[in-house]
Amino acid sequence: MKQTFIRKLPIYVLLILFSLLFLFPFFWTVTSAFKAEAELHAYPPVWIPSSFSLVNFIKSWTSQPFTQYFFNSLTVVIGTTIGQLISCSLVAYGFARFNFKGRDVLFIILLATMMIPWDVTMIPMYMEFNAFGWINTLKPLIIPAWFGSPFYIFLLRQFLLNIPKELEEAALLDGANHFQIYYKIYMPLVKPTLVLIAVFNTLSVWNDYLGPLIFLNDQSKYTLTLGLAQFKGVGDVNMSAIMAITSIICIPPLIGFFFAQKQIIEGISTTGIK
Amino acid sequence: MAKKLGKIKLKKEIIPYLFIMPWILGFLIFTIGPLIFSLIISFFDWPIVGQPTFVGFGNYIRMFTKDKMFTHSLFITVKFAIIFVPLYMGIALGLALLLNQKIKGQSFFKTVFYLPSVISGVALSMIWIWIFDFKYGVINYLLSLIGIAGPNWLGDPKWSLIAMVIASLWGQGTMVLIFLGALREIPKDYYEASMIDGANSLQRFYKITLPLITPALLFNLIMTIIAAFQQLTLALLMTKGGPSNSTYFYAMYVYNNAFKHFEMGYASANAWIMFFIILTLSLLVFKSSSLWVYYESEVKK
Repeated sequence: MKQTFIRKLPIYVLLILFSLLFLFPFFWTVTSAFKAEAELHAYPPVWIPSSFSLVNFIKSWTSQPFTQYFFNSLTVVIGTTIGQLISCSLVAYGFARFNFKGRDVLFIILLATMMIPWDVTMIPMYMEFNAFGWINTLKPLIIPAWFGSPFYIFLLRQFLLNIPKELEEAALLDGANHFQIYYKIYMPLVKPTLVLIAVFNTLSVWNDYLGPLIFLNDQSKYTLTLGLAQFKGVGDVNMSAIMAITSIICIPPLIGFFFAQKQIIEGISTTGIK
Repeated sequence: MAKKLGKIKLKKEIIPYLFIMPWILGFLIFTIGPLIFSLIISFFDWPIVGQPTFVGFGNYIRMFTKDKMFTHSLFITVKFAIIFVPLYMGIALGLALLLNQKIKGQSFFKTVFYLPSVISGVALSMIWIWIFDFKYGVINYLLSLIGIAGPNWLGDPKWSLIAMVIASLWGQGTMVLIFLGALREIPKDYYEASMIDGANSLQRFYKITLPLITPALLFNLIMTIIAAFQQLTLALLMTKGGPSNSTYFYAMYVYNNAFKHFEMGYASANAWIMFFIILTLSLLVFKSSSLWVYYESEVKK
């Protein structure tokens, strides 16, 4: 027993070393956010700030309309999540539970669209949204989500395929229609996957920078990421203010991650290669 | 009667299409439509306001013959990929191998390595701007402890790209998990058999582990190269492409042509070249994969 531990000691040492490397930037961000100007620029650096007062956080949050940005971000997150859940589940159900003409070709096309770089569609999308009059509104960030996203559809379809067909046949005999079967039988069964999709979507939308950057102009429309990015350019803002906002922005994704950690990690390590 | 049956049958046939309708509409409006439109405008001089004029292959010719920034940004992107891809895959595989041992606290370590991947690219940029700060940055302080005068990471063309590689390495824990998933799928008896045959751990790695995880390796390779070509957020925020264009990535070049110079036609042509490069690279990797990727099913046949 003792021997195997000694044999494994180098592994632990390496893992702990790497963990410290990975965690350090978080530590540095949060502690910097609490520091007063003098501590921020002290040499040698102050590792633990002398005060843990939230004054930096409150001051920097109120120095810009961050509350407004927060509600914009929240609107986009909620709007896209509902849209993705409804559209992806319908589409995935269609692909998983029916045999129809052109199904396999369409599904391959769906998968292929995941390969299209965003840079290629970003320019025509901008012009399209411009023609729709959607520029400088949150619409370009929300509405496309109501038409499904290939990755989530793919994920959901995999789970739907695993559900035995007998369930469906029994329900059909009882006179249920397909929409009822989808809604009442299948959706409750894939609830964990729906939660996973909601988490994935929330993470990617909350964190998105390029979409808001291209489609929004007015400060009043900014999302939090865009607000943080332009905050750095504001005259006399110091690093502890930026680190304070950075810390705040990181909180929801980290909470979301801990909340669905097991599914996310398993989801990635199994779907990644298949 | 026959007519009615036909109607019912027709109705039944329509049902699946109704379910996938959102995606079909989205595909037309937000994918294939823009894609075709983008291809068309790439043959035009298309300012954001004013009349577009047809220029044939003019945009493409201009890119390859007259525009120094085109070749420069391509060069920067390739340089980044050459440094980043092997480091990234090496570290990810190394960590996955460590995690694949029978150890305690495995889920803790997995969480830690994945944690930076869940935060925004904006937050990540801000964090590393501060860490790399020339005067007050913590990296230069640590370097000074061992007697090295740290460089002006983000302000020195020699170091800016390296700084970006380091920041990117931190933010990409996904690969560790994918590798780990692949390692888990290797049957234990392969190792047991090889141990009986007296193979040492290095041989086991080269003869069993590495061949068996090649599909994951392939997948990751493609994804990483594609990601390198789309590197934009970090460059926009950390260096704005500078200093002296040392971090002027291809994606940034496209972005600037479109949204700074408002040359929509030219930028679309740029984007199509990027698409073409990504597709070619992916195909190359796929085609060459028969030489080095090992699929377990091949043996079973």
